[in-house]
Amino acid sequence: MPEITYRQAIHDAMVEEMRRDGRVFLIGEDIGTYGGAFGVSAGMLEEFGPGRIVETPISEEAIIGAAAGAAMVGMRPIAEMMFMDFILLTMEPLVNQAAKARYMFGGKATVPMVVRMPGGSGTGAAAQHSQSLETILMHIPGIKVVAPSTSYDAKGLLISSIRDLNPICFVEHKLLYKSKGEVPEEEYAIPLGVADVKREGRDLTLVASGIMVHKSLDAAQIVAEEDGISVEVVDPRTLRPLDVDTIAKSVKKTGRLLVVHEAVKTAGWAGEVMASVSETPSWDYLDAPMRRLTGKDVPIPYNRHLEAAAVPQVDDIVREVRAIVNTQY
Amino acid sequence: MSNNHLMEFDNEKTTDVLEKSKQLGLLEKDLVEMYRTMISIRLFEEMADKLYALGKVHGTMHLSAGQEGVAVGTGKVMGAEDYLLNHHRGHGHFIASGADIKKMMAEFLGKETGYCKGRGGSMHIADVEANNLGANGIVGGGIQLAAGVGLAIKMMGEERVVLVIFGDGAANQGILYESFNMAAIWDLPVVYLCENNQYGMSADVTRVSSKVPFKERATAHGIPGYYIDGNDVLAVYETMANAVEHARSRKGPVFVEAQTYRYFGHSKSDRNLYRTRDEIEEWKHRDPIERFQKLLVDANIITEEDIEKIYQEMSQLIDEAVEFAENSPEPDVSEVTEWVYA
Repeated sequence: MPEITYRQAIHDAMVEEMRRDGRVFLIGEDIGTYGGAFGVSAGMLEEFGPGRIVETPISEEAIIGAAAGAAMVGMRPIAEMMFMDFILLTMEPLVNQAAKARYMFGGKATVPMVVRMPGGSGTGAAAQHSQSLETILMHIPGIKVVAPSTSYDAKGLLISSIRDLNPICFVEHKLLYKSKGEVPEEEYAIPLGVADVKREGRDLTLVASGIMVHKSLDAAQIVAEEDGISVEVVDPRTLRPLDVDTIAKSVKKTGRLLVVHEAVKTAGWAGEVMASVSETPSWDYLDAPMRRLTGKDVPIPYNRHLEAAAVPQVDDIVREVRAIVNTQY
Repeated sequence: MSNNHLMEFDNEKTTDVLEKSKQLGLLEKDLVEMYRTMISIRLFEEMADKLYALGKVHGTMHLSAGQEGVAVGTGKVMGAEDYLLNHHRGHGHFIASGADIKKMMAEFLGKETGYCKGRGGSMHIADVEANNLGANGIVGGGIQLAAGVGLAIKMMGEERVVLVIFGDGAANQGILYESFNMAAIWDLPVVYLCENNQYGMSADVTRVSSKVPFKERATAHGIPGYYIDGNDVLAVYETMANAVEHARSRKGPVFVEAQTYRYFGHSKSDRNLYRTRDEIEEWKHRDPIERFQKLLVDANIITEEDIEKIYQEMSQLIDEAVEFAENSPEPDVSEVTEWVYA
């Protein structure tokens, strides 16, 4: 299988779906000649023209409102938010309009739209361009939240998201755009709501998404080599709906759970994972308290050392895994 | 006394209904139908108020009595294929667009047979299959969607237009200007109708607006803007017909501001502390139904006898709707989580 970047995978998913379905179009800021702030849509204007690569003024609320309106009457918009942080400007059309139209109108409306948004820290962009706001989006019935960690997942999940009939928030981690992974040349799609076990293990279940999957895999390798600890890394891939079954099954096997995310701790989705597991029979199989390792409860700072200290790093994960496995309860 | 910015429309006022209707291409039967629709809206709103007083309504409501001229003048213009995005005071516009009064009443009472199966209530009545994209509980909510609907129409190469109706309150929401800008740069077939009933809840439009009329804000974006007497149903029809034609012929968006007034309070919590009884009475002298009725009677299009008969018929229609709604089943609580996702 050829290796392509995460950026290319997202690009390819959009291009293939736009070729397949004339209703699909891309709307957002600087997505044409500029190719998008992170270069994801580079070249798409040349292929599809300004009629389907719709470059907008800097009007985030109107972009999401327009996507929702177009979706309600039969189009399949993909809206690009330049940074995930800007989604906060669009909460009204996203939460009060797109997410609710179907329910509020008694099941008679569909709003098939995808909002792509680069999230996460690590680029020195500071507090307003580095957030991980997945939990805010997960809290809204009617919205699905997807957060791929690999090129393979990014392409397959984006294709499913574009074909889905609901508003989808598709969270891309900006540090992953250059990462490479194998992606088949033939068409494929990954169903939403299905987790993926990225590494099998026996001693501890580590749930992580986005870039934290990669950091967790690195940490798992270190503790395997240095401590003989066998970590199972589960990537939910879709945060809402959350595949609790796969996570609970893993916990039943390992007896320990650590949830790692970059988003801040308070009311973060680690709490949701832990609560969900505690409601299953797997709770009875736990040999240790469930733990979470998350971003600190601070805005993302600018200084590189402070920025790195604000979110979990490989060493932090290694330390946490050891603490859980080595403590006698 | 507030409302000191109100415009008088003496020069443009409809005085000869025969002359005017001929000019507009409306037949006598069209005029009578418009009159009947106005009556049905007024009676619907009065019944809604009564049902609330009787304790039969669970939620809130926003009544549009006094604004029938805008609703009917507009509804008569719109084609069945055109999209409608409505505001929270939207009963009149739905009735004028041909909605089923029984299903509206059932939704108002929260019944399974209502337009939204009792999930939406008065504020969210929608009929997507009939291109009615819903009333909106968020002030300016429809404005957010309008440019997107217009964009979709343009992308699909269709001849429809999207009509988005909002009040003077929504005219101070920032999204209107993002929407104006988008619709203008892309020449979208969006008809913006601002129903200026003088108050955003209790806020006098002149107190909370840097500049009125709002049409100047539209023209500042290069969008043609009109300010009309919303209580003159034929004037509304005339301007809206031109506006819709403008949008339909792909000349881009257009903005109409209709001056009108609501008689009832903002919602059920309103004690009318922000306006005087005199003011309300004064507006009743400009009542859109009575003005139109007088024109029709003066032109011998209807008689006093006809009027009585029309009231009886419309009243019966409303009573039947109430009966239908009251006899309809409640939604099944076991289905409370249906339709969150498609």
